[in-house]
Amino acid sequence: MAVPFIEIKNISKKYKSHKQEFEILKNISLEIEKGDIFGIVGFSGAGKSTLIRCINRLETVTSGTIRIGKVEINKLSKKEMNLYRQKIGIIFQHFNLFDSRTVFGNVAFPLEVAKKKKKEINKKVTEILELVGIANKQNFYPEQLSGGQKQRVGIARALANTPDILLSDEATSALDPVTSLSVLDLLKDINKKLKLTIILITHSLDVIKYTCNNMAVLENGVIAEKGKVKDIFENPTSTTAKVFIKNNANLSVTYNRGNVI
Amino acid sequence: MIELCTQIFNKNVWNIIIPATLQTIYMTVTSTILTFFLGLIFGIAMFITNKDGLHPCVIFNRIFGAAINAILSLPSMIIIILVLPISKFIVGVSYGPKACIVALVVVCTPIFSRLVENSIVEVSKGKIEAAKAMGASNINIILKVLLPESLPALIRNFVVLTITLISTTAIAGSLGAGGLGEVAVRFGYNRFRTDILISVILVLLVLVECLQLLGTFISKRILKKRHLI
Repeated sequence: MAVPFIEIKNISKKYKSHKQEFEILKNISLEIEKGDIFGIVGFSGAGKSTLIRCINRLETVTSGTIRIGKVEINKLSKKEMNLYRQKIGIIFQHFNLFDSRTVFGNVAFPLEVAKKKKKEINKKVTEILELVGIANKQNFYPEQLSGGQKQRVGIARALANTPDILLSDEATSALDPVTSLSVLDLLKDINKKLKLTIILITHSLDVIKYTCNNMAVLENGVIAEKGKVKDIFENPTSTTAKVFIKNNANLSVTYNRGNVI
Repeated sequence: MIELCTQIFNKNVWNIIIPATLQTIYMTVTSTILTFFLGLIFGIAMFITNKDGLHPCVIFNRIFGAAINAILSLPSMIIIILVLPISKFIVGVSYGPKACIVALVVVCTPIFSRLVENSIVEVSKGKIEAAKAMGASNINIILKVLLPESLPALIRNFVVLTITLISTTAIAGSLGAGGLGEVAVRFGYNRFRTDILISVILVLLVLVECLQLLGTFISKRILKKRHLI
Protein backbone atom coordinates (compact mmCIF):
# COMPACT_ATOMS: atom_id res chain seq x y z
CA MET A 1 0.00 0.00 0.00
CA ALA A 2 1.20 3.47 -0.86
CA VAL A 3 2.19 5.87 1.88
CA PRO A 4 -0.82 7.98 2.84
CA PHE A 5 -0.75 11.75 2.19
CA ILE A 6 -1.51 12.70 5.77
CA GLU A 7 -0.33 10.45 8.53
CA ILE A 8 -1.25 11.19 12.12
CA LYS A 9 0.60 8.84 14.39
CA ASN A 10 -0.08 8.24 18.08
CA ILE A 11 -0.72 11.87 18.91
CA SER A 12 -1.92 12.97 22.28
CA LYS A 13 -2.64 16.41 23.62
CA LYS A 14 -2.57 17.26 27.29
CA TYR A 15 -3.80 20.50 28.69
CA LYS A 16 -3.23 21.92 32.15
CA SER A 17 -5.88 23.97 33.82
CA HIS A 18 -6.23 24.81 37.51
CA LYS A 19 -3.40 22.41 38.32
CA GLN A 20 -5.42 19.57 36.82
CA GLU A 21 -4.25 17.80 33.73
CA PHE A 22 -6.70 16.93 31.01
CA GLU A 23 -5.93 14.62 28.16
CA ILE A 24 -8.02 15.90 25.29
CA LEU A 25 -6.61 13.61 22.64
CA LYS A 26 -5.41 10.14 23.51
CA ASN A 27 -3.13 8.21 21.22
CA ILE A 28 -4.82 9.07 17.95
CA SER A 29 -3.71 7.63 14.63
CA LEU A 30 -5.27 8.44 11.28
CA GLU A 31 -4.27 8.08 7.65
CA ILE A 32 -5.85 10.29 5.03
CA GLU A 33 -5.39 9.84 1.30
CA LYS A 34 -4.76 12.66 -1.12
CA GLY A 35 -7.96 14.00 -2.66
CA ASP A 36 -10.16 12.41 -0.02
CA ILE A 37 -12.98 14.10 1.86
CA PHE A 38 -12.45 12.83 5.35
CA GLY A 39 -15.03 13.41 8.08
CA ILE A 40 -14.43 13.43 11.81
CA VAL A 41 -17.56 13.24 13.88
CA GLY A 42 -18.15 13.38 17.62
CA PHE A 43 -20.16 15.02 20.39
CA SER A 44 -19.20 18.41 21.75
CA GLY A 45 -16.04 18.17 23.81
CA ALA A 46 -14.85 15.00 22.12
CA GLY A 47 -11.70 16.78 20.95
CA LYS A 48 -12.57 17.32 17.27
CA SER A 49 -11.55 20.98 17.18
CA THR A 50 -8.31 20.28 19.02
CA LEU A 51 -7.49 17.51 16.56
CA ILE A 52 -8.05 19.71 13.51
CA ARG A 53 -6.04 22.53 15.13
CA CYS A 54 -3.12 20.16 15.61
CA ILE A 55 -3.00 19.69 11.85
CA ASN A 56 -2.23 23.35 11.15
CA ARG A 57 -0.41 23.60 14.45
CA LEU A 58 -2.64 26.20 16.03
CA GLU A 59 -2.21 23.64 18.81
CA THR A 60 0.98 21.68 19.34
CA VAL A 61 0.72 18.02 20.17
CA THR A 62 2.11 16.76 23.47
CA SER A 63 3.43 13.59 21.85
CA GLY A 64 3.22 11.77 18.54
CA THR A 65 3.86 12.94 14.99
CA ILE A 66 1.87 14.46 12.15
CA ARG A 67 3.29 14.06 8.68
CA ILE A 68 1.85 15.76 5.62
CA GLY A 69 3.42 14.81 2.32
CA LYS A 70 7.06 14.66 3.29
CA VAL A 71 6.89 17.28 5.99
CA GLU A 72 6.76 16.47 9.65
CA ILE A 73 5.00 19.52 10.95
CA ASN A 74 6.15 19.49 14.55
CA LYS A 75 9.74 19.91 13.42
CA LEU A 76 9.10 23.12 11.50
CA SER A 77 10.51 26.40 12.75
CA LYS A 78 8.17 29.33 13.25
CA LYS A 79 9.04 30.84 9.88
CA GLU A 80 8.67 27.54 8.04
CA MET A 81 5.43 27.08 9.91
CA ASN A 82 3.97 30.29 8.49
CA LEU A 83 4.91 29.23 4.96
CA TYR A 84 3.42 25.82 5.54
CA ARG A 85 0.19 27.27 6.92
CA GLN A 86 -0.32 29.13 3.67
CA LYS A 87 -0.76 25.73 2.08
CA ILE A 88 -3.49 24.66 4.49
CA GLY A 89 -6.77 26.48 4.25
CA ILE A 90 -9.24 26.53 7.10
CA ILE A 91 -12.85 27.59 7.35
CA PHE A 92 -14.69 28.22 10.59
CA GLN A 93 -18.15 27.88 12.05
CA HIS A 94 -18.38 31.62 12.67
CA PHE A 95 -16.56 32.52 9.44
CA ASN A 96 -14.06 34.86 11.16
CA LEU A 97 -14.06 37.31 8.28
CA PHE A 98 -12.40 40.70 8.75
CA ASP A 99 -15.05 43.40 9.10
CA SER A 100 -12.54 46.05 8.09
CA ARG A 101 -12.11 44.55 4.64
CA THR A 102 -14.44 44.03 1.72
CA VAL A 103 -15.06 40.58 0.28
CA PHE A 104 -12.22 41.28 -2.12
CA GLY A 105 -9.95 42.42 0.70
CA ASN A 106 -10.72 39.35 2.77
CA VAL A 107 -9.78 37.00 -0.04
CA ALA A 108 -6.71 39.11 -0.82
CA PHE A 109 -5.48 38.87 2.78
CA PRO A 110 -3.73 35.47 2.55
CA LEU A 111 -2.16 36.56 -0.75
CA GLU A 112 -0.84 39.76 0.83
CA VAL A 113 0.56 37.66 3.65
CA ALA A 114 2.27 35.46 1.04
CA LYS A 115 3.78 38.66 -0.44
CA LYS A 116 2.21 38.22 -3.87
CA LYS A 117 2.29 41.07 -6.39
CA LYS A 118 -0.73 43.31 -6.68
CA LYS A 119 -1.51 42.26 -10.23
CA GLU A 120 -1.35 38.62 -9.31
CA ILE A 121 -3.60 39.22 -6.28
CA ASN A 122 -6.24 40.93 -8.42
CA LYS A 123 -6.25 38.09 -10.91
CA LYS A 124 -6.35 35.34 -8.30
CA VAL A 125 -9.08 36.93 -6.19
CA THR A 126 -11.36 37.49 -9.16
CA GLU A 127 -10.79 33.92 -10.26
CA ILE A 128 -11.62 32.42 -6.87
CA LEU A 129 -14.66 34.61 -6.25
CA GLU A 130 -15.92 33.33 -9.58
CA LEU A 131 -15.29 29.75 -8.47
CA VAL A 132 -17.26 30.08 -5.22
CA GLY A 133 -20.03 32.03 -6.93
CA ILE A 134 -19.90 35.46 -5.26
CA ALA A 135 -18.04 37.48 -7.87
CA ASN A 136 -20.81 40.09 -7.89
CA LYS A 137 -20.31 40.79 -4.18
CA GLN A 138 -16.63 41.65 -4.22
CA ASN A 139 -17.05 45.23 -2.98
CA PHE A 140 -19.47 44.31 -0.21
CA TYR A 141 -18.49 44.26 3.44
CA PRO A 142 -19.01 41.00 5.38
CA GLU A 143 -21.84 42.47 7.43
CA GLN A 144 -23.87 42.95 4.24
CA LEU A 145 -23.81 39.24 3.42
CA SER A 146 -25.97 36.30 4.48
CA GLY A 147 -24.49 33.38 6.40
CA GLY A 148 -24.10 31.24 3.31
CA GLN A 149 -22.41 34.04 1.40
CA LYS A 150 -20.08 34.69 4.33
CA GLN A 151 -19.02 31.06 4.35
CA ARG A 152 -18.38 31.26 0.61
CA VAL A 153 -16.06 34.18 1.27
CA GLY A 154 -14.46 32.06 3.99
CA ILE A 155 -13.92 29.25 1.51
CA ALA A 156 -12.56 31.65 -1.12
CA ARG A 157 -10.16 33.08 1.44
CA ALA A 158 -9.03 29.59 2.44
CA LEU A 159 -8.42 28.67 -1.20
CA ALA A 160 -6.55 31.83 -2.18
CA ASN A 161 -3.07 30.36 -1.85
CA THR A 162 -4.06 27.15 -3.68
CA PRO A 163 -3.66 24.95 -0.61
CA ASP A 164 -3.21 21.18 -0.62
CA ILE A 165 -5.55 20.67 2.29
CA LEU A 166 -8.74 22.36 3.40
CA LEU A 167 -9.76 22.04 7.03
CA SER A 168 -13.39 22.64 7.82
CA ASP A 169 -14.17 23.37 11.47
CA GLU A 170 -17.94 22.94 11.77
CA ALA A 171 -18.28 25.11 8.69
CA THR A 172 -21.97 24.45 8.17
CA SER A 173 -23.11 24.31 11.81
CA ALA A 174 -24.25 27.92 11.88
CA LEU A 175 -26.18 27.67 8.62
CA ASP A 176 -29.72 26.55 7.85
CA PRO A 177 -30.14 23.13 6.17
CA VAL A 178 -30.61 24.45 2.63
CA THR A 179 -27.61 26.78 2.82
CA SER A 180 -25.59 23.99 4.43
CA LEU A 181 -26.27 21.79 1.47
CA SER A 182 -25.20 24.42 -1.02
CA VAL A 183 -21.97 25.01 0.92
CA LEU A 184 -21.32 21.25 1.10
CA ASP A 185 -21.99 21.01 -2.64
CA LEU A 186 -19.40 23.71 -3.15
CA LEU A 187 -16.89 21.77 -1.04
CA LYS A 188 -17.53 18.62 -3.08
CA ASP A 189 -17.18 20.65 -6.24
CA ILE A 190 -13.83 22.17 -5.33
CA ASN A 191 -12.63 18.80 -4.07
CA LYS A 192 -13.13 17.48 -7.59
CA LYS A 193 -11.96 20.55 -9.49
CA LEU A 194 -8.84 21.31 -7.47
CA LYS A 195 -8.09 17.76 -6.27
CA LEU A 196 -8.09 19.19 -2.78
CA THR A 197 -7.92 17.02 0.33
CA ILE A 198 -10.66 18.08 2.72
CA ILE A 199 -10.83 17.26 6.40
CA LEU A 200 -14.18 18.09 7.81
CA ILE A 201 -15.23 18.02 11.43
CA THR A 202 -18.84 18.13 12.38
CA HIS A 203 -21.35 16.93 14.93
CA SER A 204 -23.80 16.09 12.19
CA LEU A 205 -23.76 12.66 10.60
CA ASP A 206 -25.87 14.02 7.75
CA VAL A 207 -22.99 16.25 6.74
CA ILE A 208 -20.65 13.25 6.74
CA LYS A 209 -23.10 11.06 4.86
CA TYR A 210 -23.63 13.72 2.23
CA THR A 211 -20.02 14.72 1.71
CA CYS A 212 -17.38 12.29 2.92
CA ASN A 213 -15.83 9.08 1.63
CA ASN A 214 -14.05 8.08 4.81
CA MET A 215 -14.69 8.97 8.40
CA ALA A 216 -13.58 8.58 11.99
CA VAL A 217 -15.68 8.73 15.12
CA LEU A 218 -14.13 10.56 18.03
CA GLU A 219 -15.26 9.67 21.52
CA ASN A 220 -13.76 11.41 24.58
CA GLY A 221 -10.46 11.97 22.81
CA VAL A 222 -10.18 8.45 21.45
CA ILE A 223 -10.94 7.18 17.95
CA ALA A 224 -13.86 4.87 18.53
CA GLU A 225 -13.98 3.67 14.93
CA LYS A 226 -12.79 4.62 11.50
CA GLY A 227 -13.36 3.44 7.98
CA LYS A 228 -15.52 3.96 4.92
CA VAL A 229 -18.64 6.03 5.58
CA LYS A 230 -20.83 3.35 4.02
CA ASP A 231 -19.45 0.59 6.23
CA ILE A 232 -19.87 2.55 9.45
CA PHE A 233 -23.41 3.56 8.58
CA GLU A 234 -24.34 -0.03 7.82
CA ASN A 235 -22.68 -1.48 10.84
CA PRO A 236 -21.81 1.04 13.58
CA THR A 237 -19.85 -0.41 16.48
CA SER A 238 -19.10 2.57 18.74
CA THR A 239 -21.73 4.03 21.04
CA THR A 240 -21.36 7.52 19.53
CA ALA A 241 -21.96 6.22 16.04
CA LYS A 242 -24.91 4.11 17.20
CA VAL A 243 -26.54 7.05 19.00
CA PHE A 244 -25.89 9.32 16.06
CA ILE A 245 -27.23 6.94 13.46
CA LYS A 246 -30.31 6.10 15.53
CA ASN A 247 -31.22 9.79 15.91
CA ASN A 248 -30.25 10.36 12.34
CA ALA A 249 -33.16 8.30 11.08
CA ASN A 250 -35.53 11.04 12.23
CA LEU A 251 -33.41 13.93 11.10
CA SER A 252 -32.44 12.80 7.64
CA VAL A 253 -35.87 13.76 6.26
CA THR A 254 -34.83 17.40 6.27
CA TYR A 255 -31.75 16.57 4.31
CA ASN A 256 -33.46 14.71 1.48
CA ARG A 257 -32.76 16.95 -1.42
CA GLY A 258 -35.63 18.01 -3.59
CA ASN A 259 -38.27 17.84 -0.89
CA VAL A 260 -36.60 19.91 1.80
CA ILE A 261 -38.91 20.32 4.79
CA MET B 1 -24.94 89.53 33.90
CA ILE B 2 -25.01 91.77 30.85
CA GLU B 3 -22.04 93.57 32.28
CA LEU B 4 -20.16 90.29 32.60
CA CYS B 5 -20.98 89.40 29.00
CA THR B 6 -19.65 92.66 27.67
CA GLN B 7 -16.54 92.17 29.79
CA ILE B 8 -15.99 88.67 28.40
CA PHE B 9 -16.19 89.81 24.82
CA ASN B 10 -13.91 92.75 25.49
CA LYS B 11 -10.87 93.08 23.24
CA ASN B 12 -8.47 93.31 26.18
CA VAL B 13 -9.61 89.94 27.50
CA TRP B 14 -9.03 88.26 24.17
CA ASN B 15 -5.61 89.79 23.85
CA ILE B 16 -4.74 87.61 26.81
CA ILE B 17 -6.84 84.59 25.88
CA ILE B 18 -5.85 84.10 22.23
CA PRO B 19 -2.08 83.75 22.74
CA ALA B 20 -2.77 81.48 25.71
CA THR B 21 -5.11 79.37 23.58
CA LEU B 22 -2.48 79.03 20.88
CA GLN B 23 0.03 77.98 23.49
CA THR B 24 -2.38 75.39 24.84
CA ILE B 25 -3.05 74.08 21.34
CA TYR B 26 0.69 73.88 20.66
CA MET B 27 1.31 71.92 23.85
CA THR B 28 -1.69 69.67 23.32
CA VAL B 29 -0.92 68.88 19.69
CA THR B 30 2.76 68.13 20.30
CA SER B 31 2.12 66.00 23.34
CA THR B 32 -0.80 64.26 21.58
CA ILE B 33 1.46 63.19 18.73
CA LEU B 34 4.14 61.90 21.09
CA THR B 35 1.66 60.21 23.41
CA PHE B 36 -0.16 58.67 20.47
CA PHE B 37 2.88 56.84 19.16
CA LEU B 38 4.24 55.84 22.56
CA GLY B 39 0.84 54.72 23.82
CA LEU B 40 0.14 52.78 20.64
CA ILE B 41 3.43 50.91 20.90
CA PHE B 42 3.05 50.21 24.63
CA GLY B 43 -0.62 49.24 24.28
CA ILE B 44 0.17 46.75 21.53
CA ALA B 45 3.15 45.47 23.53
CA MET B 46 0.88 44.90 26.52
CA PHE B 47 -1.63 43.05 24.36
CA ILE B 48 0.77 40.71 22.61
CA THR B 49 2.90 39.87 25.67
CA ASN B 50 -0.17 38.76 27.56
CA LYS B 51 -0.34 35.13 28.73
CA ASP B 52 -2.51 34.11 25.76
CA GLY B 53 -1.11 36.79 23.45
CA LEU B 54 0.71 36.54 20.15
CA HIS B 55 4.10 36.68 21.80
CA PRO B 56 3.63 35.77 25.46
CA CYS B 57 6.18 37.27 27.81
CA VAL B 58 4.60 37.26 31.24
CA ILE B 59 7.48 38.87 33.12
CA PHE B 60 7.59 41.89 30.80
CA ASN B 61 3.81 42.11 30.90
CA ARG B 62 3.70 42.09 34.71
CA ILE B 63 6.47 44.64 35.21
CA PHE B 64 5.17 46.93 32.50
CA GLY B 65 1.61 46.62 33.74
CA ALA B 66 2.73 47.50 37.25
CA ALA B 67 4.61 50.56 35.98
CA ILE B 68 1.55 51.75 34.07
CA ASN B 69 -0.65 51.23 37.13
CA ALA B 70 1.81 53.12 39.30
CA ILE B 71 1.62 56.23 37.13
CA LEU B 72 -2.13 55.88 36.69
CA SER B 73 -2.65 55.77 40.45
CA LEU B 74 -0.93 59.11 41.05
CA PRO B 75 -2.83 62.38 40.57
CA SER B 76 -1.59 64.07 37.41
CA MET B 77 -0.63 67.18 39.36
CA ILE B 78 1.87 65.22 41.46
CA ILE B 79 3.40 63.57 38.38
CA ILE B 80 3.82 66.96 36.76
CA ILE B 81 5.56 68.33 39.85
CA LEU B 82 7.84 65.27 39.83
CA VAL B 83 8.56 65.39 36.12
CA LEU B 84 9.10 69.13 35.55
CA PRO B 85 12.58 69.10 37.13
CA ILE B 86 13.47 65.95 35.17
CA SER B 87 12.45 67.78 31.97
CA LYS B 88 15.58 69.83 32.39
CA PHE B 89 17.68 66.81 31.40
CA ILE B 90 15.50 66.02 28.42
CA VAL B 91 14.64 69.41 26.86
CA GLY B 92 16.97 71.71 28.80
CA VAL B 93 14.36 73.69 30.71
CA SER B 94 12.19 72.88 33.72
CA TYR B 95 9.46 75.47 33.03
CA GLY B 96 7.38 76.67 30.09
CA PRO B 97 5.63 74.77 27.28
CA LYS B 98 8.56 72.49 26.35
CA ALA B 99 9.01 71.15 29.85
CA CYS B 100 5.28 70.85 30.12
CA ILE B 101 5.13 68.60 27.04
CA VAL B 102 7.49 66.10 28.67
CA ALA B 103 5.31 66.04 31.77
CA LEU B 104 2.14 65.66 29.72
CA VAL B 105 3.56 62.71 27.82
CA VAL B 106 4.51 61.01 31.08
CA VAL B 107 1.04 61.56 32.51
CA CYS B 108 -0.95 60.51 29.46
CA THR B 109 1.06 57.68 27.85
CA PRO B 110 -0.06 55.12 30.46
CA ILE B 111 -3.68 56.19 30.02
CA PHE B 112 -3.52 55.86 26.25
CA SER B 113 -1.64 52.54 26.49
CA ARG B 114 -4.55 51.10 28.45
CA LEU B 115 -7.07 52.59 26.04
CA VAL B 116 -5.25 51.04 23.08
CA GLU B 117 -5.01 47.71 24.86
CA ASN B 118 -8.72 47.78 25.65
CA SER B 119 -9.57 48.65 22.05
CA ILE B 120 -7.67 45.76 20.51
CA VAL B 121 -8.84 43.28 23.13
CA GLU B 122 -12.25 43.67 21.50
CA VAL B 123 -10.99 42.08 18.25
CA SER B 124 -12.41 38.56 18.36
CA LYS B 125 -10.03 35.71 18.98
CA GLY B 126 -11.44 33.91 15.97
CA LYS B 127 -10.19 36.61 13.59
CA ILE B 128 -6.70 36.43 15.08
CA GLU B 129 -6.78 32.66 14.84
CA ALA B 130 -7.91 32.85 11.22
CA ALA B 131 -5.02 35.18 10.38
CA LYS B 132 -2.58 32.88 12.16
CA ALA B 133 -3.94 29.87 10.28
CA MET B 134 -3.31 31.70 7.01
CA GLY B 135 0.37 31.99 7.91
CA ALA B 136 0.36 35.65 8.94
CA SER B 137 3.32 36.78 11.01
CA ASN B 138 2.76 38.74 14.22
CA ILE B 139 3.62 42.00 12.46
CA ASN B 140 1.07 41.18 9.78
CA ILE B 141 -1.54 40.40 12.40
CA ILE B 142 -0.91 43.70 14.18
CA LEU B 143 -0.90 45.87 11.07
CA LYS B 144 -3.49 44.09 8.96
CA VAL B 145 -5.90 42.71 11.55
CA LEU B 146 -5.68 44.20 15.04
CA LEU B 147 -5.35 47.88 14.10
CA PRO B 148 -7.81 48.03 11.17
CA GLU B 149 -10.40 45.93 13.00
CA SER B 150 -10.27 48.11 16.11
CA LEU B 151 -9.95 51.41 14.24
CA PRO B 152 -13.35 52.87 15.24
CA ALA B 153 -12.66 52.18 18.92
CA LEU B 154 -9.11 53.51 18.55
CA ILE B 155 -10.39 56.77 17.12
CA ARG B 156 -12.90 57.21 19.94
CA ASN B 157 -10.17 56.55 22.48
CA PHE B 158 -7.85 58.93 20.68
CA VAL B 159 -10.42 61.65 21.28
CA VAL B 160 -10.51 60.72 24.95
CA LEU B 161 -6.73 61.08 24.95
CA THR B 162 -6.77 64.55 23.37
CA ILE B 163 -9.43 65.77 25.76
CA THR B 164 -7.49 64.42 28.72
CA LEU B 165 -4.42 66.18 27.37
CA ILE B 166 -6.23 69.51 27.08
CA SER B 167 -7.33 69.33 30.71
CA THR B 168 -3.93 68.12 31.86
CA THR B 169 -2.35 70.99 29.94
CA ALA B 170 -4.51 73.32 31.99
CA ILE B 171 -3.22 71.75 35.20
CA ALA B 172 0.36 71.95 33.99
CA GLY B 173 -0.33 75.54 32.97
CA SER B 174 -1.25 76.44 36.51
CA LEU B 175 2.17 75.09 37.54
CA GLY B 176 4.01 77.53 35.31
CA ALA B 177 3.81 75.88 31.90
CA GLY B 178 1.84 78.68 30.27
CA GLY B 179 -1.35 78.40 28.26
CA LEU B 180 -4.96 78.68 29.34
CA GLY B 181 -4.39 77.05 32.73
CA GLU B 182 -1.87 79.68 33.68
CA VAL B 183 -4.18 82.50 32.58
CA ALA B 184 -7.03 81.00 34.58
CA VAL B 185 -4.93 80.85 37.74
CA ARG B 186 -3.01 84.09 37.31
CA PHE B 187 -5.92 86.30 36.35
CA GLY B 188 -9.05 84.41 37.25
CA TYR B 189 -7.95 83.11 40.63
CA ASN B 190 -5.25 85.45 41.91
CA ARG B 191 -6.74 88.71 40.59
CA PHE B 192 -10.43 87.82 40.85
CA ARG B 193 -11.00 88.42 37.12
CA THR B 194 -14.16 86.36 36.68
CA ASP B 195 -14.50 87.56 33.08
CA ILE B 196 -11.17 86.01 32.13
CA LEU B 197 -11.92 82.83 34.04
CA ILE B 198 -15.20 82.42 32.19
CA SER B 199 -13.54 83.15 28.84
CA VAL B 200 -11.01 80.41 29.53
CA ILE B 201 -13.80 77.98 30.35
CA LEU B 202 -15.63 78.94 27.15
CA VAL B 203 -12.56 78.33 25.01
CA LEU B 204 -11.89 74.97 26.69
CA LEU B 205 -15.51 73.89 26.25
CA VAL B 206 -15.47 74.79 22.56
CA LEU B 207 -12.16 72.98 21.99
CA VAL B 208 -13.33 69.80 23.71
CA GLU B 209 -16.77 69.81 22.13
CA CYS B 210 -15.37 70.26 18.60
CA LEU B 211 -12.90 67.43 19.10
CA GLN B 212 -15.55 65.11 20.47
CA LEU B 213 -17.91 65.83 17.60
CA LEU B 214 -15.17 65.31 15.04
CA GLY B 215 -14.04 62.02 16.62
CA THR B 216 -17.55 60.62 16.89
CA PHE B 217 -18.24 61.65 13.30
CA ILE B 218 -15.17 59.88 11.89
CA SER B 219 -15.66 56.76 14.00
CA LYS B 220 -19.32 56.51 12.97
CA ARG B 221 -18.44 56.97 9.33
CA ILE B 222 -16.05 54.03 9.42
CA LEU B 223 -18.60 51.85 11.18
CA LYS B 224 -21.23 52.83 8.61
CA LYS B 225 -18.88 52.08 5.75
CA ARG B 226 -18.32 48.62 7.20
CA HIS B 227 -22.07 48.28 7.79
CA LEU B 228 -21.53 47.61 11.46
CA ILE B 229 -24.16 50.16 12.49
